[in-house]
Amino acid sequence: MNEKIHLSYVIPGDDFTRAGEASGEVKKKLKQMGVPPEAIRKVAISMYEGEINMVIHANGGMIDVDISTSDITIVLEDHGPGIENVALAMQAGYSTAPDKVRALGFGAGMGLPNMKKYSDELIIDTKPGYGTKVTLVVKIG
Amino acid sequence: MTVSDLLSSGAYTVIARGKDAKITGVYCCDLLSIAMSHMKNGMAWVTVMANRNTLAVAQLADAGCIILAEGTVLDEESAKKAEEENITVLASDKPIFETALAVYEKL
Repeated sequence: MNEKIHLSYVIPGDDFTRAGEASGEVKKKLKQMGVPPEAIRKVAISMYEGEINMVIHANGGMIDVDISTSDITIVLEDHGPGIENVALAMQAGYSTAPDKVRALGFGAGMGLPNMKKYSDELIIDTKPGYGTKVTLVVKIG
Repeated sequence: MTVSDLLSSGAYTVIARGKDAKITGVYCCDLLSIAMSHMKNGMAWVTVMANRNTLAVAQLADAGCIILAEGTVLDEESAKKAEEENITVLASDKPIFETALAVYEKL
């Protein structure tokens, strides 16, 4: 695996039948490429949480994935409401998910905590009223 | 034990026929983020949460199969999607605990 691979996804907002498709595709791609299972698991979980957050809170957005021999970088960018209090949002169990998505099994308040737990680097750049850009890095090996 | 071994008990309805995975354990939780984070590769996931997102989590977490307890139903379109994604979905009328225990006792 010498080449660098770039993947890009447009995530539709509020569409829970398609939510997770991008993460699923990235997972399949990494598997095909022979990336170690532990790194694949980390990408699958952290990217899915980010993707779901975009669908629930931000009316969708864009995800860019860069795969190199040493790491996988996932950039999730939206023009949603932003995160008012990042420290609070990082707390396990804290959730602002509406009831209709809780009924689908979301809203455990584990989105950002899982993104932190299952990545080697997590950068959250957010501005209330403008949007959020989340960068996740998962190292390979 | 594989999914086929589980099916031989006759205790389940097959909702979607996907891979005949080796079942490594059993896991119960309905909150998707917790399930995805804690479920281990190959586990039979017992839940009452039956929607597309259950399928996505099962695929991302490499669940061995999904077992819908308490007579929960999955809509036809999602069942079709499960087969496309090679995910086996079974259903049981029993409560979550009893459903999971039955799997555990066969491990």
